[in-house]
Amino acid sequence: MGMGVKVHVWGDYALFSRPEMKVERCSYDVMTPSAARGILEAIYWHPGLRWIVDKIYVKNPIRFTSVRRNEVKSKISANNILQVYNGADKPFYISTKEDIVQRASLMLCDVSYVIEAHFEMTDNANESDNPGKFKDIMMRRLKKGECYHMPYFGCREFPAHFCLCEEDKVHTIYDEVPEKDLGFMLYDMDYSDKDNIQPMFFRAVMKRGVLDLRNCEVIR
Amino acid sequence: MRDPIKNRYEFVILFDVENGNPNGDPDAGNLPRIDPESGLGLVTDVCLKRKIRNYVETVKEDTQGYKIYIKEDVPLNRSDRKACESLGIQETDDKKVTEALKKLKKNDANADIKLRDYMCDNFFDIRAFGAVMTTFVKASLNCGQVRGPVQIGFARSIDPIMSQEVTITRVAITTEKDAENKSTEMGRKSIVPYGLYRAEGYISANLARKVTGFSEEDLELLWDAIINMFENDHSAARGKMSVRELIVFKHSKELGDCPAYKLFDAVEIRKKDGVEYPRKYQDYEVEIHEKDIPDTVEVRRMI
Repeated sequence: MGMGVKVHVWGDYALFSRPEMKVERCSYDVMTPSAARGILEAIYWHPGLRWIVDKIYVKNPIRFTSVRRNEVKSKISANNILQVYNGADKPFYISTKEDIVQRASLMLCDVSYVIEAHFEMTDNANESDNPGKFKDIMMRRLKKGECYHMPYFGCREFPAHFCLCEEDKVHTIYDEVPEKDLGFMLYDMDYSDKDNIQPMFFRAVMKRGVLDLRNCEVIR
Repeated sequence: MRDPIKNRYEFVILFDVENGNPNGDPDAGNLPRIDPESGLGLVTDVCLKRKIRNYVETVKEDTQGYKIYIKEDVPLNRSDRKACESLGIQETDDKKVTEALKKLKKNDANADIKLRDYMCDNFFDIRAFGAVMTTFVKASLNCGQVRGPVQIGFARSIDPIMSQEVTITRVAITTEKDAENKSTEMGRKSIVPYGLYRAEGYISANLARKVTGFSEEDLELLWDAIINMFENDHSAARGKMSVRELIVFKHSKELGDCPAYKLFDAVEIRKKDGVEYPRKYQDYEVEIHEKDIPDTVEVRRMI
């Protein structure tokens, strides 16, 4: 796999929200492929390449904890911005007293994964771009700890530390567990039609601590 | 847009609490947040961001460019807002604005970006932390999400904390009916006798440059706000809270020079020898292992 990388990521907390439980957020048991892709893109991305996640190794035991926080329930309305932009004297803020809502998040704690991924070239690559160049940039960033922005596990308050994974054979805490069925999980969003972004799901089965995403059946 | 920052930063904040409750847990009857496994105290990221917003609001008093969008209290005097420039719509009536919006969408494909920049120019908290906005054009503006450069994690205490219940009485009775039967009411406070907390944060120069325009002046204001975040936040519940250290790592490049965890690992905090139950900041020792930090990274202790 010439265009492949292995990245070790770890952190104190992680929250990969299940789409069916997102009001009171509840995390999946393991990292979703889309979250893994987001982490790689935070480190290096270019319009000329597309990350494809091959395997996710679950190195630490799956454990949950919960935190309830005061949140606001409204978004900033574009309509409202435009009116103020044009001189209207309207209330222009979100008041946390009026918009308060308390929500619990069930999140993972003490996570550690290895993401095995490769990239494909896209049509947007420049003439001077080639896989070797992209791979070099990615390897350099992984070795030096450079990133576009700090990658995170699902939500920005859960930063993901990262480094190049140098283990040839990655060991996980579930090495002795032949199979663990995690049910249907989000694979990624399909952005091919900008006006109609669709979620894609897959049946996640963790075998000996590894979620193999090559040739998995993706259901829309 | 102002000149955005050009370096990546990481920072460590050490703050402590004496006889107060730094951050109550709504799930546990407002007891101080505790990580159930380790017994370490927690303070959420949003709690700290609230303090930073409050400080900036107090200091800047809604001056142009330093407004705060997510407010805690609705101010009595709403300052007059002037539009900086017009997109060509003068109507203030809701229906007409919606119609105008539709027209605008057709004529100006960049309307979303313009509005985003307008918000970033005006509001410090959006420039720093980002915001979620509804959009006219679906799928543009990354579904209305603007990521700010400043990212803060949960703060955790260095040692397990103990939360103590304090029962208090008051002589003023709330209802007439109760007042006939009793002369005092009981209440409860929970406090942490002492806790030293550590929070870690990141600032991405790339997001500042490409998205929100977070500038050097904004950065100075952010450091100021972090240093003083508890100074204007005294209350009966909080006890004595203060920021003890703000250690800033400035990378020489936009992308950074070394992994963030190496910098964070270089900051070691430990109890002094012989201290079993820390009760004051002096019971701790802070050491920065300079040799683990690359030469290109500038370390500044801001306090």
